Amino acid sequence: MATTHSQRLGRWVLAPSLAVLSGWAFVPLVIAIYFSFLRYNLQSDNTGWIGLNNFYYFFTDPYFLKNLINTVLLVSFTLATTVIGGVFLALLLDQPFWGRGVVRILMISPFFIMPTVSSLVWKNLIMHPVFGLFAAIQTYFGVLQPLDWFASAPLLSVTIIVSWQWLPYATLILLTALQSLDEEQKDASEMDGAGPIAYFRYIVLPHLARPIAVVVLIETIFLLNIFAEIKVTSAGGFAGNLTYLVFSDLNDSNDIGEAAAGGLVAVVLANLISYFLVRVVGKNLEA
Amino acid sequence: MGTIRLNQVRKVFGDTIVIPGADLEINEGEFIVFVGPSGCGKSTLLRLIAGLEDVTSGTISINGTDVTDVPPAERRLAMVFQSYALYPHMSVRDNIAFPLKMAKLPQEKINKAVQLAAAKLNLTDYLDRKPRQLSGGQRQRVAIGRAIVREPTAFLFDEPLSNLDAALRVNMRVEIMQMHKDMKATMIYVTHDQVEAMTMADRIVVLNQGKIEQVGSPLDLYNKPNSRFVAGFIGSPKMNLLENETLGVRPEHIALSDTAGEWHGTVKFAEHLGSDTFLHVDGGSRGNITVRAVGESSFYAGDQIWMTPDKDRIHRFNQEGRVIR
Repeated sequence: MATTHSQRLGRWVLAPSLAVLSGWAFVPLVIAIYFSFLRYNLQSDNTGWIGLNNFYYFFTDPYFLKNLINTVLLVSFTLATTVIGGVFLALLLDQPFWGRGVVRILMISPFFIMPTVSSLVWKNLIMHPVFGLFAAIQTYFGVLQPLDWFASAPLLSVTIIVSWQWLPYATLILLTALQSLDEEQKDASEMDGAGPIAYFRYIVLPHLARPIAVVVLIETIFLLNIFAEIKVTSAGGFAGNLTYLVFSDLNDSNDIGEAAAGGLVAVVLANLISYFLVRVVGKNLEA
Repeated sequence: MGTIRLNQVRKVFGDTIVIPGADLEINEGEFIVFVGPSGCGKSTLLRLIAGLEDVTSGTISINGTDVTDVPPAERRLAMVFQSYALYPHMSVRDNIAFPLKMAKLPQEKINKAVQLAAAKLNLTDYLDRKPRQLSGGQRQRVAIGRAIVREPTAFLFDEPLSNLDAALRVNMRVEIMQMHKDMKATMIYVTHDQVEAMTMADRIVVLNQGKIEQVGSPLDLYNKPNSRFVAGFIGSPKMNLLENETLGVRPEHIALSDTAGEWHGTVKFAEHLGSDTFLHVDGGSRGNITVRAVGESSFYAGDQIWMTPDKDRIHRFNQEGRVIR
């Protein structure tokens, strides 16, 4: 129970950190908004207000729609594989077996590897059409022309890398959630005649609804910003997402104004998408 | 319908022998209480009967059929857990309906059974609530509702009242006894509380370190305990154990006097409860003796007191703790 006095004190104590935090968050945003209304290209010294033209250029960019679709596909496929795979792996790792501790740590390790490093490994050691592991497997089975992953299926390749990186995260969260499931619930459902599938469907999955919603939300925020995997594997031309488009505006055209506008569009989209995703996932599983 | 028989049931977890070999016959419609201190194996024995644990050796039969290798649901037993084990994301209605849904009963039959159970347990107004919106006693009733809709051959209760406060516990105790009277079903009830055991049971099974010490009606165990363990466990306050634990006499079987008697002592504390007075007496070389005086006693702390045990109601034990008759 807070008294008026302690509430007033609390506000004063909070004020400095609140000020720093809002400065931290809002100053860059305000600068981005400011730039997005400027003609601001490093290749010309012609600077000035151009209204909404930067947004117009960004939306009418030939790559905009393609990269938007890529973004959505990349996020949704990765979400699907990590959530489904994560539930499966968490169930597996929740079983008692010899060496479980070691396996759990190994399982988490992909998450500790820098995206640039893992992308390089995937590109040059695993998916490479000549030296890669997949190519070796294909050759072993008599395929003369192994699949050139990044040329034939760039988006799929990037999705595989990203899923590999995020699967441990989903598994970790879901495993902890599984471990908090009361043992007596299992006993009770067993007494009630629920087999393994019914137990999963009616007890485990609803129990996981909330952690799954958390995984979806957190992953969506990060997956919308995937960049290293696309840049390092040079898949940007075909599998580029909105983040990559902002990067090319900045890097290839030196157009800071349009990049700022694109960044703002990406922020709004990210918020919209995660908002709806959480609603949909939360509702479907909670019932 | 409702007889359960254990034949040399043995349970071993790794290197620990939890139940070294239990024989027990439970009759139809009986209210059996498993009682013992924590870790005595009473819950394990219940889980073995339920089928939630596999027996290491021995057989369990229900209604004359061997169910040792039959999965829990097919044993037609219902269980009420200590934590209630309600499904938190389901409404009360869905919780109660769950066993019937798993048995693939038609929906209208399920609805009818749920309505009936809810009416019996005063839960009709709460059917659409989630377990977290209910009080402890209501949750307990939902757990019982989930048990009764299946019309099981027997009910198993695993310390169902230990999460409730004292007043509610007394109420629920009466409700469960009423339920037993109405349904005439076999019930096995696990508790560590000897008061629950004494008040509810037709027969009590006292367990000590996995072994069945004694089986008998509450007053049997009270009057004729087989061992020091049973004697000490049944009855409150505890039986006095004197003369190197070879002589047992209950606090209520000692006559008091302020002038003469067999034993002499000084009152250390007196607990005046109105209906009874419990006197904690320093008996000198005999050690501490607890005595119960009916009604309001005139003894207070510091008073001299003489005590005479009732010759017919003292218990003699040998060194192993067995009773000498």
